Amino acid sequence: MMVTRRVPLVLLACGSFNPITNQHMRLFELARDHLHGTGQYQVVGGIVSPVSDSYGKQGLALAKHRIAMAKLALQTSSWVTVDEWESQQPDWTETVETMRYHSGRILKELGRKLGTHRDPDGNTPPLSSVSPQLKLLCGADFLNSFKVPGLWLDEHVEEVVGRFGLVCVSRGNLQPERAVHESDLLHRHRHNIFLVKEWVRNETSATEVRRALRRGLSVKYLVPDSVIDYIHQHNLYTEDSERRNEGTLLRPLIKQAQPPGKSLDD
Amino acid sequence: MPNHKVTEVVLLACGSFNPITNMHLRMFELARDHLHDTGQYNVVKGIISPVGDAYKKKGLIEASHRLEMARLATANSDWITVDDWESLQPEWLETAKVVRDASMRIILRAPGIKREKVTSVRVKSKMINGPQLMLLCGADVLESFAVPNLWKQEDIAEIVGFYGLVCITRSGSDPYKFIQQSDDLWTHHKNIHVVHEWITNEISATHVRRALRRGHSVRYLVPENVIDYIREQRLYSAESERKNSDIVLAPLQRYTRASSSS
Repeated sequence: MMVTRRVPLVLLACGSFNPITNQHMRLFELARDHLHGTGQYQVVGGIVSPVSDSYGKQGLALAKHRIAMAKLALQTSSWVTVDEWESQQPDWTETVETMRYHSGRILKELGRKLGTHRDPDGNTPPLSSVSPQLKLLCGADFLNSFKVPGLWLDEHVEEVVGRFGLVCVSRGNLQPERAVHESDLLHRHRHNIFLVKEWVRNETSATEVRRALRRGLSVKYLVPDSVIDYIHQHNLYTEDSERRNEGTLLRPLIKQAQPPGKSLDD
Repeated sequence: MPNHKVTEVVLLACGSFNPITNMHLRMFELARDHLHDTGQYNVVKGIISPVGDAYKKKGLIEASHRLEMARLATANSDWITVDDWESLQPEWLETAKVVRDASMRIILRAPGIKREKVTSVRVKSKMINGPQLMLLCGADVLESFAVPNLWKQEDIAEIVGFYGLVCITRSGSDPYKFIQQSDDLWTHHKNIHVVHEWITNEISATHVRRALRRGHSVRYLVPENVIDYIREQRLYSAESERKNSDIVLAPLQRYTRASSSS
């Protein structure tokens, strides 16, 4: 009987993490259990990649705070880490760019680990068979974001879903199956989209957490204690902070907009 | 300017806590915020009272473990504590008895109270300036009032009329409607504080046990030290879930017997 080797995977979650919540961290746990359950995959790592300040989303706290909070939250995690690369880039970075970066980095690290193993012809053997695959971890609302005009370039969606793959955790009433069904692009890559059902309805969203904090209400047990302490120490998330970037367009909409009058003849 | 008297409140949550979850702990936080927001109450303490093994609920593991997990979960809370009195009783106790006993013990600890002067079991705390005890529960408990033979009518009347109920909503239940449709509850509706949980959080202990049986992660649903304890003690297996599966729940046994013998 042939024993199939499990494909190693790394899960990458991009987002505001404004702030990170227990629900964000649950996504990783749920995804890992699901993928292990298929018998085909071994999740070897998880990456939280907070978006940079230039994203321009309303109420976005400074990246340095969002990174610090994520680090505190994941202190006790044995397999999920926080990565600052995306937040340190001078401009907002397309998700596909972030994925290319991490994918390349994972490959390089593996190359370093394997050292210089060369075959008789002096070539390094192909690593793709043992290199962990990178997949994007997201919530079901993320699938719907592909539909928002100007937010994604088609070729980027193609690469994120087709080349890399998605692990999408459903929540609440959102039906990710429907989003996949209604998009030809997603449908084409449906075998690369893993849908994980979350049976425990848990709608702890960062938006709700910020709302509770603004009103002086408790967020204990929704967010790790260390993160709550940090928030209070730095007085993050007030009515003022929620107005930051008010009226500003999201950076991707500006960066990816087609300039008027552009034609192939130019 | 009228001087509002702020009533001190102690919240008591009864239940299986099999195991305790972040949702149970959230209930206390939500209830406290809600009562403080009314301007009429100051919540000074929260008490978790796990039910005794004699409750005979399916899958109920030993009280000693459930108590320890609750203690671990509240170790870093400065106002929520665990009480083992109920779990130590040899027989299952009606919630009303637990509420009465807890209230009595709170009053007896209040300054200026002479033990021998407290002769009546039903002591209205307001007369003694002690904290008011309120029962904290989910909307499912409120709706369980309607289940035949689960509650004695006079117990419901006492809990709701004399002490007070703080009820956290859950999706799929409409506590306002339930209260409105019951004459008994409606009479005391001012004593029933309905707290709307906007951040839907349905981490049920049943789900947690199921995940554990299947080797799935329950991280971030249950405090970490509780997860460690569950692992060390090897709690919650298919076998533990079968416990009491052929036994009738204690309250149903008691009241069904009583009604059939009359």
